[in-house]
Amino acid sequence: MSNSSNNSISKGVDWLVIWLYAILVCIGILCIFMVEYDPDKFTAGSFFTFNTNYSKQLLFAAVSALIAIFILLSDSKLYTAFANLFYVFGILLMFATFALGKDINGSKSWIPLGGGFNLQPAELCKIFTALALSKYLSRLDTDFTKLKSQVIAAAIAMSPAVLSVLQHETGLALAYLSFFIVMYREGLPGVILVIGFSFGALVIATLIIAPNTLAIALTVIAAATIYFLRRQVKRNRQLLIVILGAWVLCVGIQRFAVPYIFNNVFECYQSQRIYNAVGIEYDCSQNSSSKNLEAGAKAAKVPDDYNVRQSKIAIGSGGILGKGFLKGTQTRGKYVPEQRTDFIFTSLGEAFGFVGCFIFLVLYLLLLLRIILIAERQRSAFSRVYAYCIASILFFHIVVNVCMTIGLFPIIGIPLPLISYGGSSLLTFTVLIFILLRLDADRQMVLR
Amino acid sequence: MPVYNQNRSRIIQLIFIAVFIVITAQLLNLQLFSSEYKIQAENNAIYRKVVYPDRGIIYDRKHRAILENTVMYDLMVTPNETKGTDTITICTILDIDIAEYRKRMVTAIIKNTSYKPSAFAPLVSREIFARLNENMYKFPGFFLTERPVRTYPYSAAANVLGYVGEVDTTYLRKHKIDGYQMGDYAGITGLEASYEKILMGQRGVKRSIRDNKNRIQGSYENGAFDTAALAGRNLYSSMDIELQQLAEKLLGSKIGSAVAINPKTGGILAMATSPTYDPNMLTGSERRKNYGRLVLDTARPLFNRAIKGQYPPGSTFKPLGALVALDEGLITPAYGYPCGGAYLSCGRPVKCTHAGHGHAATLRLALANSCNSYFSQVFRMAIDNPAYPNAQAGYLKWKEYMNAFGLGVRLDVDLPSEDKASIPDTAKYNRDFGGYARWNSCNILTLGIGQDRMTATPLQLANAMCFIANKGTYYTPHFVDSIENETIEDTVFMNKYRRNHKVTNISDEDFEAVHMGMQDVTEIGTAINAKINGINICAKTGTAQNPHGKNHSIFVAFAPRENPQIAIAVVVENAGYGSTWAAPIASLMMEKYLNDTISAKRLPEVERISKADLIPAAIKHWYYAKDSLRLAKLAKQLDADKAPTFENTTDTKKITFDPEAEPNRNDDNKGDSNKIKAPLIKPDEKQLKNPIKKQ
Repeated sequence: MSNSSNNSISKGVDWLVIWLYAILVCIGILCIFMVEYDPDKFTAGSFFTFNTNYSKQLLFAAVSALIAIFILLSDSKLYTAFANLFYVFGILLMFATFALGKDINGSKSWIPLGGGFNLQPAELCKIFTALALSKYLSRLDTDFTKLKSQVIAAAIAMSPAVLSVLQHETGLALAYLSFFIVMYREGLPGVILVIGFSFGALVIATLIIAPNTLAIALTVIAAATIYFLRRQVKRNRQLLIVILGAWVLCVGIQRFAVPYIFNNVFECYQSQRIYNAVGIEYDCSQNSSSKNLEAGAKAAKVPDDYNVRQSKIAIGSGGILGKGFLKGTQTRGKYVPEQRTDFIFTSLGEAFGFVGCFIFLVLYLLLLLRIILIAERQRSAFSRVYAYCIASILFFHIVVNVCMTIGLFPIIGIPLPLISYGGSSLLTFTVLIFILLRLDADRQMVLR
Repeated sequence: MPVYNQNRSRIIQLIFIAVFIVITAQLLNLQLFSSEYKIQAENNAIYRKVVYPDRGIIYDRKHRAILENTVMYDLMVTPNETKGTDTITICTILDIDIAEYRKRMVTAIIKNTSYKPSAFAPLVSREIFARLNENMYKFPGFFLTERPVRTYPYSAAANVLGYVGEVDTTYLRKHKIDGYQMGDYAGITGLEASYEKILMGQRGVKRSIRDNKNRIQGSYENGAFDTAALAGRNLYSSMDIELQQLAEKLLGSKIGSAVAINPKTGGILAMATSPTYDPNMLTGSERRKNYGRLVLDTARPLFNRAIKGQYPPGSTFKPLGALVALDEGLITPAYGYPCGGAYLSCGRPVKCTHAGHGHAATLRLALANSCNSYFSQVFRMAIDNPAYPNAQAGYLKWKEYMNAFGLGVRLDVDLPSEDKASIPDTAKYNRDFGGYARWNSCNILTLGIGQDRMTATPLQLANAMCFIANKGTYYTPHFVDSIENETIEDTVFMNKYRRNHKVTNISDEDFEAVHMGMQDVTEIGTAINAKINGINICAKTGTAQNPHGKNHSIFVAFAPRENPQIAIAVVVENAGYGSTWAAPIASLMMEKYLNDTISAKRLPEVERISKADLIPAAIKHWYYAKDSLRLAKLAKQLDADKAPTFENTTDTKKITFDPEAEPNRNDDNKGDSNKIKAPLIKPDEKQLKNPIKKQ
C-alpha cells in the first residue's frame, strides 16, 4: 500500500468539514476582536501587531493551518503506529507539569514555553487519549463485550482526567467523560448510560427537592415498582432484592453521599456554582473547606453568581437580531468576566441575537453530524472510533460551554472549540480534526 | 469489519440534536421571552450624564449685571491613578498635612470608588489654582475641572438675590417633576429661587457607555439619544444696584431695612436689610463655613427684614388713616380737631407732641404736625361710622381698607417667604376684651396712630407710599421687569405685576391735601433734615413704640410730589425718633436716585450715618462673648506652643475646632470664658471682628 494520496492532498479530503472549520475559526477571531475592540486604539494594523489577543489568535490560526497542512501531507499509518507512544508521552508530560507547572488562575496545569506562550498538556492529551483509545478498541484481540476490556478502555480514557483533577483543572478533566459516548457506540452496555443518567437525575433532585420529600418519593416509587411487578417478584425473589438494594442506594446517596460531597469534597465555590445552575443559593457556612478558611486569618471571600448573571444579561439583551457587530454595550463595557475565553459565546449572543446564535449552533451541529457520518463510512475500526472520539469531545465542549453561559450548567472552565481565545485549545482541536480528515482521506485503506 | 451497534449511531445523533434543541429553547427564553435582561443591560452599561447649562444672569435697571457666572475649579482625583504623585508638594499647596491627604483619599474611595474621579478640594481659590496648575505634571491622577459658580461684582443685594445651593431630599420631594437629582444645584432663596425655572435653563442629557469599573467608554449610539442643554434666560430687574449699595452702606452697623419702589411701575429699586452679608461669601470654597456663621449669628443676617420684619408703623400710618376717612366721606381736607396736647375723649389720654392751638386745624396741618389727637379722632370716626350697625362692623370695613392698601396681606412680591405682617382680626379683640362686641373704638384707639396690634413690613410701608403717590392706585411691587425671550407662561406669571390696583375713590384734590401735608413734614414739620434742595418730598416720620426696647425709627416718603419717581420706607430698629436716622437715610437714597448722585455737601453725612453704630446692646454682648471665647482659645494655644507640656497631644488637638461654627459645643474652655465678666458695651476694636460688617 503505497502513499498514492500524497500526490494531491486534496484528494479524498472532506471539504465540508474544512469549510466549517475555517468559518468557525474566523467567527472565533471576530468574536475575540469584538471583545477587545476599542475605537480609540484600533487601527487596521493592530491585527498584525501580535500584542492584542485577536492578532495573537490570528497567529495561532496561521500556525494551526500550517500544522493542518502538515497533517494532511503525513501518512495516516503514522497515527495508528504511534498511538500508544503518543499516549505515554502525553501522560509523562502531565506528570512533568507537576514539576514545571505554572500557576494560572489557580490551576497548576500550564508549562511555560517562553515568549509569553504556555502549553496545557491536559489539552494535548485529549488527542493522544483519543488515538490510544481508538487503537485499543480497534485491536483484533479486544472483545469489548467483556468487562475486562471495558475497564481497560475506561482506564485509558480516565487516567489523564485523574491527573487533570490533581492539577486543579476540573473542567478539562470532565471533558474526558465524553469518551463514554464513544465506548457506548462501541458496545458499552446501555444500562451504564441509563444508570449514569439516573444518578445525575438523582443528584439534581437532591439539590432541588427537600431531603424528606425526596426520601418519601423514592420510597413510594420503590413500593409502586414492587406492587406492579408482584407477579415477577413472586417468581423471582432476586428481583425484590435488586429493587430494595436500589432503593437503599438511592436514599443513601440522597441523604448522605450528596451532602457529604458538596460540603466536604467540593470547594465552596464549586458547590455554589452547581447550586446556582439549578437556581438555589448555597450556604457556604456548611462547607468544610470554607470553614477551614474562616478559621485561618483570611476571611473567605464570598463568591457569587456574578459571572452567570452578567453572561445571561449579555446574551439576553441581544434579542432577536442582536445589537450589531461591535455595538454590544455589555461586551464593550467588559461586564462579562473571562469573555474572550470561556464566555466568548456571550459576545456572539449580544451582537447577533437569537438568529446569530441559532445559525452558529447549526454550524456546530452540522460539523458534529458530518463527523458522525464520516465515522460511519470508515472501514477501519480505528478511524471510526477516532471519529467518534472527535465528535464526543467537540459535543461535550460545545454543550458544556454554551450551557454554562446560558445558565443551564454550573460554571467550569471549558473553552468553546475553535472560537475561544487560546493557542493550546485551537491547536488541539485543529490536530484532532485534521487527523480525522487524514484518516478519512485514506478510508479505502484498511488500517486494521 | 462488521458494523455492529450501527443503531447506536442513530441514538447518539438523536442525543446530539436533542441537546441542541434544549440549548435553543433556553436561548429563546433568554433572548425573546425575557425583557429583564435588556433593562439590566442598559442599567449596566448606559450612563446618563446631565449637562448643566449656564444659569441666567440678573441685570439691574441700567442693564448692569448684578450677578454673573464665573468658573471656579475643583481639584479632582482618581485614587487608583495617583501612584507617583508628589504628595508633599500637593499638601503644601493646599496647606493640609499628610494625614488629611490620606483622609480625603479614603473619603474619595468610599464615595466614588477608586476608579472614578471625586472632588479632592472643591472650589480652590484663584491663587491655589495657579500654583496647582503649574505643578500639575507632578500629580498623576489629579486634575482640575471647571465648575460654574455665581459671582457678585457689586457685593450687594445678598438677601434679594438669594443663593444657589445643593438640593436636599426635601427639595427633591417637592420638585419631583422637574427632574432634579441628588447633587444638583438650585436657587434656595431670593430671586434665584423665585425664578429658578427660568434661570436654570434646560438641562441636556448625554448618554455614554461605561465599563464594568464605571469608566466612560464613549458616546452611546454616537449621541443619537442625546439632548442639548439650553442656557438659562436672563432677568431684567428694576433694581438700581448703586442705590442698593448706598442703602446697604447707610444701614451698616444698624438693624433695619430700607425699601425703595418706583411708584409708576411697582418695580423695586432697592431692598436693603441689615445686617446683611457679602453674597460672594456663599459661593467659594469657604461657603459651608460662612453659611454656618451666618445661620448662627443672633443678628440674623440671612433674614430679609424688608419682607419679613414686622414693625408697628407708628405715625407713618397717619396718612392712611386719613385716606380711609376721606374715602368714606367722613371728613374733608378742611376738617380740623381742637387738640390741646392730648386726646381725652376716651378716658385714658393719648398724648400729642404738640400743644399749640390750631396745629390740627386742617388735615394738612395735622399731617405736618403729626397730631395724635387728630388721627385718633379720625380713626374713631371710621370705626363708629353711622353707616354700619356697630363698632365691629365699622372695624371690619376699616380692616378691608387696610387689606386693600396691602397691609396685613401678602403683597405677592417675587421673593419667596414674604410675610403678611398683621392687621388684627376682630376675633383677636373679642378674646382680648372677653367676648363679642365687648369693645369699642376707644379700646383700640392707638390703631389710629399705627400702634396697638398693627404691624407692617417695610415693603408694605413703601407700597403704601406708592399708592399715595399715585393718588389711589399701585402696582404689585416686584423686582423682575422682563424676562429674556418671554414665553406665554412667563407672561401669565408676570401679568400680576403689570396690573394696576385701584384702592380708593378719593378725588385728586383731596389727595392733594394729603400730599401737601406730607410735603410740609419736610418743609416745616418733623423731618426738615430730609429735605433735598429743589425737590418737593412728601414724607412722614414714625417713632414706633415696641416691646423690644428703644423706639423704632421709621420714615416713609415719596418724591417729587408733582411727578412721583420714588417711594421709600426706612426702618431702623431701636434707634429712636424717625427723623434722626431713618429720615436722612431715605433722603440720601432719594437724592441718589433722583439726581443720580449725592451732592458733595451731603457726602460727609453719608459717612456719618453709615458709621453710626445702633446695634442693640444684647447683640453686641453676644459678639463680644464670642470674640473673647476665641481669644481665650488662641491664648491657650499660644501658651501650649511656647511651654513644653506633658499633656496628651490628642487632648490639645481637640480645641482646634472653629468656635464660631460650633458655639454650642461643650468644651472645658467654655467655663473659663464665661467667668470673664463681659461689659455690655464692647470695646471699640472689637468691631473689626464683627462679621456683619462688610468689607
